Amino acid sequence: MTSPIAPRRAAAKAAARRGTLSGWMFSVPALIFYTGFVIYPLVLGIQYSFYRWNGVGPSEFVGLKNYIRVFTDPTLLGSIGNAFVLIAFFTLIPVSAGLVLATLIRSMKPGPFSNLSQTILFLPQIIPLAAAGIAWSWMYAQTGAINQVLNAIGLGSLARPWLGDFQTALPAVGLIGSWVLTGLCTVLFLTGIGKIDQSLYEAVRLDGASWWREFITITIPGLRQEIAVLVTITIIAALSSFDIIYTTTLGGPGRSTLVPGISIYRIGFTQSNVGLASAFGIVLMILVLACVLPIQRLARASSK
Amino acid sequence: MIVNRTEAILGRVILIVVLIATVIPLVNMLSAALQPADTNPTGLTFPTDPQWINFVTAFEKGNVWRLMGSSLFIVVFVVPISLVCATLAGYALGNLRIRGSRFLFIFFILGLTIPFEALIIPLYYEVQGLGILNTQWAVIFPLIGLYMPFSVIWMRAHFVGVPQELSEAARVDGASRWQEFRSIQLPLARPALSALAILLFLWTWNQFLLPVVLISDPLNRTVAGALTFFQGQYSSSIPLLNAGALIIIVPTILVFVIFQRQFIQALLQGAVKG
Repeated sequence: MTSPIAPRRAAAKAAARRGTLSGWMFSVPALIFYTGFVIYPLVLGIQYSFYRWNGVGPSEFVGLKNYIRVFTDPTLLGSIGNAFVLIAFFTLIPVSAGLVLATLIRSMKPGPFSNLSQTILFLPQIIPLAAAGIAWSWMYAQTGAINQVLNAIGLGSLARPWLGDFQTALPAVGLIGSWVLTGLCTVLFLTGIGKIDQSLYEAVRLDGASWWREFITITIPGLRQEIAVLVTITIIAALSSFDIIYTTTLGGPGRSTLVPGISIYRIGFTQSNVGLASAFGIVLMILVLACVLPIQRLARASSK
Repeated sequence: MIVNRTEAILGRVILIVVLIATVIPLVNMLSAALQPADTNPTGLTFPTDPQWINFVTAFEKGNVWRLMGSSLFIVVFVVPISLVCATLAGYALGNLRIRGSRFLFIFFILGLTIPFEALIIPLYYEVQGLGILNTQWAVIFPLIGLYMPFSVIWMRAHFVGVPQELSEAARVDGASRWQEFRSIQLPLARPALSALAILLFLWTWNQFLLPVVLISDPLNRTVAGALTFFQGQYSSSIPLLNAGALIIIVPTILVFVIFQRQFIQALLQGAVKG
């Protein structure tokens, strides 16, 4: 004896299947582009990374040799090291400057001045990084504005071509990143501070807390989420920097500003060592993940 | 809010210093651009005899019309196609909650942190195999794919927030899934879509790595990618280089100033969701 429910249930199941099918149809276009131009090249890159290939001739399977070279070649290791130095300029400076600036200007009443300052702080975020590179090459030039200011205040002995000097090139390039990212951090923190319960501030003030105590006990914990987001974005920007370096130093002088992005470009297209460049690409991707995942986990744990 | 006077003043002063530091590199470009084209300019000075003609020279020598046209061509394909694909997929993941949607969601998240540099080598050979290397399509197709994880996750976040009751009501009234999507979901998604459109436009317009690697003729690149061409073209003239670079960034800045509220909103949301 068949229960009358059974066929209905079967029909419902069929409908659900149809629903799933049409639902998947909705995702197909996105999946085609994503698999075609992200997943497929990723797999291709992993495959290349085990071969020695100059891009045209025959290829030869070399196992892990390319990866071993990434971790032993001083030039390549050096470029990874430089990328980590850049984190200080792309992450540490903008995030801490943004925190301080946002706290200082939170007292500002909304009005034309506060709107204007938001607009200006955002300008570096709008222009192409390559253009920022060109603007700053000129700031740093021998006859540029930085040296002009140094000469004017009697520190002319410090004047130098900042991007051409082995000692100063990397910090100089890093500061361009700070210039680009500080505005974003400040504005994002400002909106975050707006969401913090204002009575908390009043309470600590009544307790006679100093500006610093207020900053540590209320502002920083209140901005946890924003801090996590910005640290993530800026670390990715530091590790995968390319545009700024390409238009300012191309990795020079010597190898002093060489970063993974530029290395991959040079090894792959100038030296035609496709396997090594692909292996370096995969390593770069894993490095980014290794830095970003713990931050995400930390942020999630602390928000619970 | 309790803030005492010294703090308020100190805040203003620091803010003004930072604002000046933000603007100086751009003003400095203008100062260089206005100096005589055949001289090596010095620092930040307002020239007594500003050479506005430099902008005309840079415009002509840099083939700026052609560059703008090429950029626009790339944007006109990347942005709408991305929006359509991302909206459909975001709807499937966020509203329909199809079987396997959790898996799909994670699959897209995977692509979120892949740096473009990690894919650029295989992309080059893939695009070469497709026979579109050195054409604008070499940038258009990969960019749509590379922006897809972010775009889908963005649209999904919007559709998750739309109450299910709306869809159910529409279905009770006999609307097909497609009708419901067209006449109920799409109008509601307009703010999320326009913010995403702004972000995609900006990212495409400013994209540098892909055009530089995948299109050898700088005149077929995005304007940002063509900046290297300017560097080569004007290597002997800092004033012309700066004039050229300014010509390229001014349209973006104008668009930004006009739509600044939407831009800032979009970029901030983009940061949080990305």
